[in-house]
Amino acid sequence: MQATVRVPTPLQKLTQNQGEVKVSGANIKELIEDLEKKFPGIKERICDEAGKIRRFINIYVNEEDVRFLQQEETPLKDGDEISIIPAIAGGRQ
Amino acid sequence: MELREDQIERYSRQIILPHVGGKGQEKLLNARVLIIGAGGLGSPCALYLASAGVGKIGIVDSDRVELNNLQRQIIHSMKDVGRPKVESAKDRLFGMNEDVEIVPYNIRVSSKNILDIIKDYDGVVDGSDNFPTRYLVNDACVLSNKQLFHGGILRFDGQAITISPGKSACYRCLFPEPPPPGLIPNCQEAGILGAVAGVIGTIQANEVLKYILGIEGLLEGKLLVFNALNSSFRQVRVPQDPKCPVCGENPTVRQLIDYEEFCSLRKNKEE
Repeated sequence: MQATVRVPTPLQKLTQNQGEVKVSGANIKELIEDLEKKFPGIKERICDEAGKIRRFINIYVNEEDVRFLQQEETPLKDGDEISIIPAIAGGRQ
Repeated sequence: MELREDQIERYSRQIILPHVGGKGQEKLLNARVLIIGAGGLGSPCALYLASAGVGKIGIVDSDRVELNNLQRQIIHSMKDVGRPKVESAKDRLFGMNEDVEIVPYNIRVSSKNILDIIKDYDGVVDGSDNFPTRYLVNDACVLSNKQLFHGGILRFDGQAITISPGKSACYRCLFPEPPPPGLIPNCQEAGILGAVAGVIGTIQANEVLKYILGIEGLLEGKLLVFNALNSSFRQVRVPQDPKCPVCGENPTVRQLIDYEEFCSLRKNKEE
């Protein structure tokens, strides 16, 4: 399955400044592996040592947070839009 | 409460709106809102709330105005550099609208003082710049059942969500844990376009006004994500997490904790 992934600015250094990239995978886990293959180093920013999505980063399939679906096993279909959204703190300074 | 002639004139452009009217204007004049941070988000938010006639606005900030703030913290001016931000903000807001009572708190919010401060307000705007404060403000609002208007910005990205404790997802439902220090850069390290702060702070103000006026369609259970590079807004769903430690089915956080420790920060930064 080919999906479009929206990459947040803090991770765009790893994607050659691209805000949107095309990757494939039958589920989120495979999608992250494909991301890592294309943009080495990105997986450890998204996942912890056990391969689980870090708890300050959310991955959405279309409008839904995979944490409330089937986490890393959440299946994907062609044309899905994936968003990676990290917690950001800026504001006052 | 009867609106004065000058108030009818001042607020005429919003009084004629179907969702506002004289009644709505009275609600605004009677509302009490606390803004955490007189910075990039707090500046536009406070300006719009004061200009709309929100009756009492508290502002918490322990910093002084610096020259590098003026790129985005539009409530402050050249003459304010070196002054406490809350004093500068108070003068600017009161200079614009004397209907509004401005309460400056020249302190940092902490587990010890926040509950005492927010009890006097109907809602809280989070315009802070660090994770310990964000989790502190979230937990304090959930525990005291105060409406929370959250906003976050970095580089060209912005986020906003409105939290109705017990009714919609809280910040911990959205992000259960803060990132370890240093992993997500702050605005000082990563930069921020001033207008992005303006967009998100203004969205927070808009949410506050809707809440006070009883207008539906708040960003409850929905995270608004703004991307300044392609000028896009998106919304993603944020369900209440039954396992949330503060607002879930079996809460483990029943009182405020040490948020510096929770965010694994060494206590080396005194302000």
